[in-house]
Parts: sequence; structure tokens; C-alpha cells
Amino acid sequence: MRPAMMTPEQTGPDTRHGMILYMENVSVSFDGFKALNDLNLYIKEGELRCLIGANGAGKTTLMDVITGKTRPDTGTVSYGQQFNLLQHNEEQISRLGIGRKFQKPTVFEALSVKDNLYLSLKMDKGIWTSLWHNLSGEQKDDIDRILHTIGLTEHRDRPASVLSHGQKQWLEIGMLLAAKPKLLLVDEPVAGMTVSEAERTAELLTSLAGEHSVVVVEHDMGFVRSIARTVTVLHQGSVLAEGTMDAIQSDPEVKKVYLGEEGNA
Amino acid sequence: MLAKLMRLSSVQRVVSILAIVGIYVILANTLFPEGSFFHVSSYSVNLLGKYLCYALLALALDLVWGYCGILSLGHGAFFALGGYAMGMYLMRQIGDRGVYGNPELPDFMVFLNWDSLPWFWQGSDSFVWMIAMVVLAPGLLAYVFGAMAFRSRVSGVYLSIMTQAMTYALMLAFFRNEMGFGGNNGMTDFKDILGFSLQSDTTRLVLFGLTVVILAAAYYLCDRIVTCKAGKIITAIRDSESRVRFVGYNSASYKVFLFTFSAVLAGIAGALYVPQVGIINPGEFSPINSIEIVIWVAIGGRGTLYGAIIGAVVVSFAKTRLTGIMPEAWLFALGGLFVLVTLLLPKGLVGLFDKRFPAKKNTTAQENAA
Ligand SMILES: Nc1ncnc2c1ncn2[C@@H]1O[C@H](COP(=O)(O)OP(=O)(O)OP(=O)(O)O)[C@@H](O)[C@H]1O
Ligand SMILES: [Mg+2]
Repeated sequence: MRPAMMTPEQTGPDTRHGMILYMENVSVSFDGFKALNDLNLYIKEGELRCLIGANGAGKTTLMDVITGKTRPDTGTVSYGQQFNLLQHNEEQISRLGIGRKFQKPTVFEALSVKDNLYLSLKMDKGIWTSLWHNLSGEQKDDIDRILHTIGLTEHRDRPASVLSHGQKQWLEIGMLLAAKPKLLLVDEPVAGMTVSEAERTAELLTSLAGEHSVVVVEHDMGFVRSIARTVTVLHQGSVLAEGTMDAIQSDPEVKKVYLGEEGNA
Repeated sequence: MLAKLMRLSSVQRVVSILAIVGIYVILANTLFPEGSFFHVSSYSVNLLGKYLCYALLALALDLVWGYCGILSLGHGAFFALGGYAMGMYLMRQIGDRGVYGNPELPDFMVFLNWDSLPWFWQGSDSFVWMIAMVVLAPGLLAYVFGAMAFRSRVSGVYLSIMTQAMTYALMLAFFRNEMGFGGNNGMTDFKDILGFSLQSDTTRLVLFGLTVVILAAAYYLCDRIVTCKAGKIITAIRDSESRVRFVGYNSASYKVFLFTFSAVLAGIAGALYVPQVGIINPGEFSPINSIEIVIWVAIGGRGTLYGAIIGAVVVSFAKTRLTGIMPEAWLFALGGLFVLVTLLLPKGLVGLFDKRFPAKKNTTAQENAA
């Protein structure tokens, strides 16, 4: 089957084997520097996976590969059984049901909070639809519900540019939710958040797992411990260890290269 | 009445002002005798009609530049193509009243010893053909250019340079006699449009009225586009195109649409311009013309549709005045004005006005356009 002939919005990834994402032997190099080095990673449907690793370990690059921003030199990336993500571009991958929150919050600054969510709703993204589109009652309810979840209801009509850093992170998570994705990639969601904000984020992400598969990149070990079931440690572009938080923390290799350096485990 | 105007949304405001100006000018020209204080001379009507064509052109540019960040330095080309389509039709309307009296061929073709109309002039005597060409010639060029540039993700300075090169190349081509568009003389000495004499005051008034109506309609359409969902996406593309793609939009198709629509508006402006000034020549393609459009929009206020209109009218009026006194000084004055406005009024002239009389309904784009 050729990808061009499918209607991805309806098909969805084939997860009969329980896996939503397969990455095998993926390598990416920038001017000879290997940002990802023969990486293998499998994400189960509905799981909440944490990805940790020192600065420059390749975490963001990994997300770039999944979302089509960076093309790997070698390796395969498939979504469910049937979609070879390397044959799709960013907007197609997004429409297949993979949503991403960036490390640096990127919301549409000139638009209102509400409109940021409006643009992110799961719907036909073609120009003709957009020219004539009016929000349905159901879509308005969706937006209201998300605004409530992310705690931005009273900011709905303000331009996103005036939000605080933490609020922008929330808005971006809300934009992800609006797209009703199957797989959520969340890069450093609590960076710059207060402790209570981080706690709410943890609750939110935990509640999303199950219905969605969620991959979270985070430096904050306390946060990782509070949400993670399975943790993957990345080191110099490949997987160093994988397991429960406790197993990871007692792994001698990990201690040596990562937790030891950071010293905050 | 003024107080009432202040409470309207910006579309209602602009359309009302255009309607008032249009009706006033037409009445003042026909009802009051020459010499009366209230009389508006036919010369002034004609001049104002010309400014309003420029306003439509500025509106077209502001749509792509102010709202989508596409700095086109070639919009003069679309204007000129629309003008040439109209010019061809007007040439054919001359019929056998030309210098050589050839009922079929325009004078310049007789002069070149051509014995029949080239294929691309077939149908040019039809008004409907002309309307179709006014839309299709700029529209198709913009579509093809946009599809190539935006799909291969050319943007920023590179795109601006490409648009500038496009208009320059067209200028060189249209200068050539063999192109079949009158070479460096272009087309002029028009007589009629739809059988009505272009020299008559009534025809001129009708053309002026038509320009007002089309400008108002275009303004309404542009406002609809920038405030609908597609407009929000377009604004989002201006601020962060890659993010728009990650949300699942094919940003290139939005840009191609907007660029093409804008080019068609520019073409219509050119078509309205030519019968009012009576000439079209390759100078209209010159790169400096396209840059002047950008300056109108910057001075008026980029990212507000009415700012574009104000900029075009004010700067053109100043140009008419100044070139009457010291033609050599115009380019310096224009450059100086541009620098001053950029430094002192980053939101353009309308930035001054907006603070005092904010419109009821704000379009989202205004706040962040600068
Ligand atoms: N576009 C690029 N060009 C060149 N080098 C790059 C590029 N993107 C990433 N790199 C390099 O690849 C390596 C991995 O970067 P990546 O952003 O994936 O790290 P990370 O694990 O997300 O780190 P952090 O914790 O700081 O976010 C880094 O050394 C980075 O400098
Ligand atoms: Mg990173």
C-alpha cells in the first residue's frame, strides 16, 4: 500500500501488536557529529514514557526525526505497523496523529489564546475549508473544555504574546490536546514552571496516558519520578538503559555517565 | 456623522468613507458650476481615480506583506499585466481611427510591417476576453511563481529578490518590439471603452465611480480573508511558519492562494488605471515602481488594510505636488520620508490615528504587524 492512497485521518496507526512507534537503527549526523547513533526505541500504545539524558544527548533530535523535521541518514521509523514516517512531511505526520510540544514554547503570538486552540483542532486543514469555516457548537465546547483543563479560561481572548512563560507551555499542551493526537511528544514541559505548576502538568500528562501514548523529555528528575513508569536513558545518541525509575537509578552505567554528572538523582 | 463613523468597525468605516468621498466628488463635479468653491474639476476627479487605483494596489501588497510576511518587490508587474490586458482591448477599440487606418491591426504592428494579429491578440477586441485576461494573466503568473517558490520554501530576502528579478525580466521583455506589446512606446492614444469616448467627462466619472466601488469591494473581501480562519492561519504563518506546519497545515498552499489573490487585485488596479491615465508602457514594470508600493504601505501602516490605502493616497498626492515643483527631488523626498516613518512611526501614519480613535472590532493582525 502506498501512503499517498490512504486517508490517514480515518485509518489511524495499526497497533494490533501493541506498539505505536518503532525506531530502528536510526542515525543522524550534523557535519560528521552523530547526534543519534544507531538508536532503537519502541513505544507501546497508551504508555507514558520518559526520556532522559544529558544536554546534547539527542533527545530533541529524536523528536525532530519522528515529526519529519530532520531526516535520518539511516534507519527506519514507523508509526503503527503501516506508516513509514520517513515518507511523510511535517504536516502529514501531524495529521496522522502525532502531536509535538517544543522545547522552547512556540505558540502563535499574534493570535488570541482561543484562536491558538482553534487552529489546532483536529479537522480538515485545507485552504478552502479554512476560508469558509465557522466553529460548530461541539468545537466551541471542545475549546472551552481545553481552556478549563489548562487553566487559561480567563485569558481566552488575550493575545498569546502576553502570557507568562509557564502559561505558554500550558497553551502549547492545550494545542496538542485540541489535535486529538494518538502519540504526544512533549519536550521539557516543566522548564521554567513553578513547583505547583509542574505538579499540575504531571497530573495532566498522567491523565493523558492510556488514551494517548505520551513521550516526555525532561531534565527534572523529581518530575520524571512523579510521572514515569518506564524511563529510557539516552547517551550520545543511543539508548543506554531502559526500565523503571528504580532500575535505572541503580544501573551502574547510568550512574557513571548521567546521574553521577548531574548529581541530583 | 463623524461621531457615528467613529463607532463603526474598520470595514464599515472604510466603505462608508469611500462611499461618501465617491458620491461627494461625483456630485460636486456635476452639480456645481465651474468656478464655484464646491466644484471638483474633472482633472481632480481623474487624479483621485488614479490615486485610488494605487490604493487598490497597495491593499494587494499589504495583504501579502502585512499579514503573511511575504515582501513582494514585484507587485508592479501584476499591476502592469492587468494594465496591458486593458491596453490591448483599448487598442482594438480604436479600429480604423489609428494613424495608418488599419481596421484590424494596431498602429505599432502596421509600423513593424506585420500583416496579421499574433495569436495572443486573438479575442482582444472582446470586453469579456479583456476581463478574463485582467484576472488570468497576473493570477497565473503569481500562481506559478508562488507554487514554485513557496513549495520549495523560498522566503525572506531571497523571495524578495526573486520578485524583483521577475518584474525586471518582464520589463526587458516588454521593451522589445517583437514581443508584440508596442515595445518601449507601449500603448496609448486610446479612443473608446465599450463604445464610450474616454475623453468625455461622463466616461471619466463612471470610471472613477467604478474604481471607488471596486476598491470598497476589494477592501471588504480582504477584510473577510484576514479575519476568517484562513486569515488567522496566514498571520500565524507570518510569525512562525514551521509551527503552522507542525499543526498540520500545508503553509505553502495558503501562501500560494494569498499571493495569487493579491496579484489579481493588483491586476484589476492596473486595468482601472490605464483608461484613466490613457497609457501603458514597460516603465510600469520597472523595479522602482514596485519598491514605491512597499513604501506607500510602510508609510501608511503595514498590517492594517486601511493604512495601505491612506499611504498610497497621501504619498501619491505628495508626489504630484512635489514633482510639479522639483521633479528631481522626489526620490530623495520619498527615501527621506520612508526613513523618518520607519524610525518615528513604526506603525505608519495610522499608528497615530489608531491611538486616538480605536476601531470597534480589532483585527488580530494589527497588534503584532510591526
Ligand atoms: N541542526 C543542527 N545542526 C548541527 N548540530 C545540531 C543540530 N541539531 C542538534 N545538533 C547537535 O546535536 C546534538 C544533540 O542535540 P539535541 O538538541 O537533540 O540534544 P538534547 O538531548 O535535546 O539536549 P538538551 O537537553 O540540551 O535539549 C547536540 O550536540 C546539538 O548541538
Ligand atoms: Mg532538547
